[in-house]
Amino acid sequence: MFAFIVRRVFQAILVMVVIAFIGFSVQHSIGDPVRDMVGERVSLAEREALREQLGLNDPVLAQFGRFCWKALHGDLGTSYFHKRPALDVIVSKAPATLELVFGATVIILSFCFPVGIYTAIQPRAWFSRFVMAVSTIGVAVPVFLTAIVLIYVFGVELQWLPTYGRGVTVNVGGWDTGLLTADGLLHLILPSVSLASIMLPLYIRLIRSEMMEVLETEYIKFAWAKGLSRWRVWLLHAFKNTLLPVITVFGVEIGILFAFTLLTETVFQWQGMGFMFLEAVERSDTALLVAYLVVVGVMFVVINTIVDICYGLINPMVRIAGNP
Amino acid sequence: MTHLLEVENLEVKFALRFGDLTAIDDISFYLDKKEKLGIVGESGAGKSVTGFAIINLLSKPGYIAGGRIRFEGREINRLSAEALRQIRGNRISMIFQDPMMTLNPVLTIGTQMVETVQAHRRIGKAEARELALEKLRKVYIPSPEKRLDQYPHEMSGGMRQRIVIAIALLTDPALIIADEPTTALDVTIQAGIMELLTELCETEAMGLILITHDLAVVSQVTERIAVMYAGRIIETGYTTDIVTHPRHPYTIGLINSLPGTRQAGSRLEQIPGMMPNLTAIPEGCAFHPRCFLAADQCRRHRPELTAVSGGRHWAACHRLDQTLGHNHLHR
Repeated sequence: MFAFIVRRVFQAILVMVVIAFIGFSVQHSIGDPVRDMVGERVSLAEREALREQLGLNDPVLAQFGRFCWKALHGDLGTSYFHKRPALDVIVSKAPATLELVFGATVIILSFCFPVGIYTAIQPRAWFSRFVMAVSTIGVAVPVFLTAIVLIYVFGVELQWLPTYGRGVTVNVGGWDTGLLTADGLLHLILPSVSLASIMLPLYIRLIRSEMMEVLETEYIKFAWAKGLSRWRVWLLHAFKNTLLPVITVFGVEIGILFAFTLLTETVFQWQGMGFMFLEAVERSDTALLVAYLVVVGVMFVVINTIVDICYGLINPMVRIAGNP
Repeated sequence: MTHLLEVENLEVKFALRFGDLTAIDDISFYLDKKEKLGIVGESGAGKSVTGFAIINLLSKPGYIAGGRIRFEGREINRLSAEALRQIRGNRISMIFQDPMMTLNPVLTIGTQMVETVQAHRRIGKAEARELALEKLRKVYIPSPEKRLDQYPHEMSGGMRQRIVIAIALLTDPALIIADEPTTALDVTIQAGIMELLTELCETEAMGLILITHDLAVVSQVTERIAVMYAGRIIETGYTTDIVTHPRHPYTIGLINSLPGTRQAGSRLEQIPGMMPNLTAIPEGCAFHPRCFLAADQCRRHRPELTAVSGGRHWAACHRLDQTLGHNHLHR
């Protein structure tokens, strides 16, 4: 198991280097930092001196090494617009996005398992048929449409829930959280629901189809033949085997959730990283864009590594494979 | 005398969109305590379905459409789901065909054994583990303590089938239904598993229903045989009688197709054609299109099982007068 984890972590580092290189290339090839820094009237000679001073004439690899070295020390450049280190800007926006993703994940996890399992073991029940029909629609409707419909129904017509911003937040150890105030939680509901709406139907269908497949296997038939109770057969024998493929997909899909925060945050004016990213694009704030790319890349890699390690814990065959 | 298991006029159907399909058509057989019965037939003859019907574990859309299954004096096809669960894996154990698929890949052998005991007995985990160890020793698993904490994929097919047998033994059942227990195994291991199974049936005083397509195995192991064809029993009786004097043309064909019955180097006999699909069972005797004795009445009327030698041997054939002594000789 230890060897497995070490190997996974090594792979993660490799992926990070690639991401860093892409980030570096973006910065390197979009725009000219010297032109951004100095005005029109600075002479060519002065520009060249500045280039030399900034190390822009060094070999690409040396520059990339410097980029990585700085990144490792938390320096991802300075945002042109915010006039602050890009990482600081992102860190100040991260809690909002993380809480949004967290809210959506809580919704997804608390519904996909019970509903997925139920629809697998009772495929003919009217509830299962209903869920299947609704989930087909859910998969097809884009998140911004869901968000706008939710805003219209619950915000405009019923006026039950707030539709923009994070509401009252409190600062806990440098982290602005909306999870601790009633107002913050109310503000979280609609954005989380619309973010969850893209993944939830997918997960329900995935769990259902995986579980139905597992229920047809010989070992499940053998479990019945051993006279086990139905709950043991369903929730231990079948479900544990269902989890394996589902976990793999989870890892990938959590990353996609982050991607969809771009849309959700824009519709709900949610002051998170996604909102910040779109602003940065409009302002051509390359340093901030690159920093965002690297930070999101790190999050992707970390989450996927954790998911893989969880997978190893559940699947004994992976564990053995990791043992040389 | 009451039998351990008595199946009377069992009928199994599959509910399909275009109507019900009869998989088992009115079969009856019995099994006494400690007796070994072989159910033989080609794939699709309904032998596995018969096995699963006994403990009512038919895969959907199969269902028992008629008949009675009496086990230890109780009509078990009328029991509630819970009462039947208490019999499954407890009084009647099953052994499946492919040991690579039978054990749950993500649970340890120990878990899969302990849970079986605890499903039927009110005992603690430590005690259940002791029992599991005892049974693993009975099936000659080396270092059983270690095996309990291992996963199925860490063992070979033969070893897994031994473990499946150990699981079947856990609750000291009165009957074991073994569905092709050696078919998926290496030939060198098959004999060992079969020997173990028969030995255990003797020492543990268990009845055995051996479901297989392998007439050779059945003839070595069982006391009685039921030959199935297209969902019906077409010949049944004591193994010695059937192997030496088969009376149904199908059984004759099966025996003639065994390598051991022919001279080395000569061509093996084969039964022409294929078993009919359940959707298109021929009228009259289902075997008539492949039968070398088929006559007019075989195409029109279905033959019933009739006694051929003093109530020990039955065959369902119109041409029984022609089949005597046909073994090894026909054509």
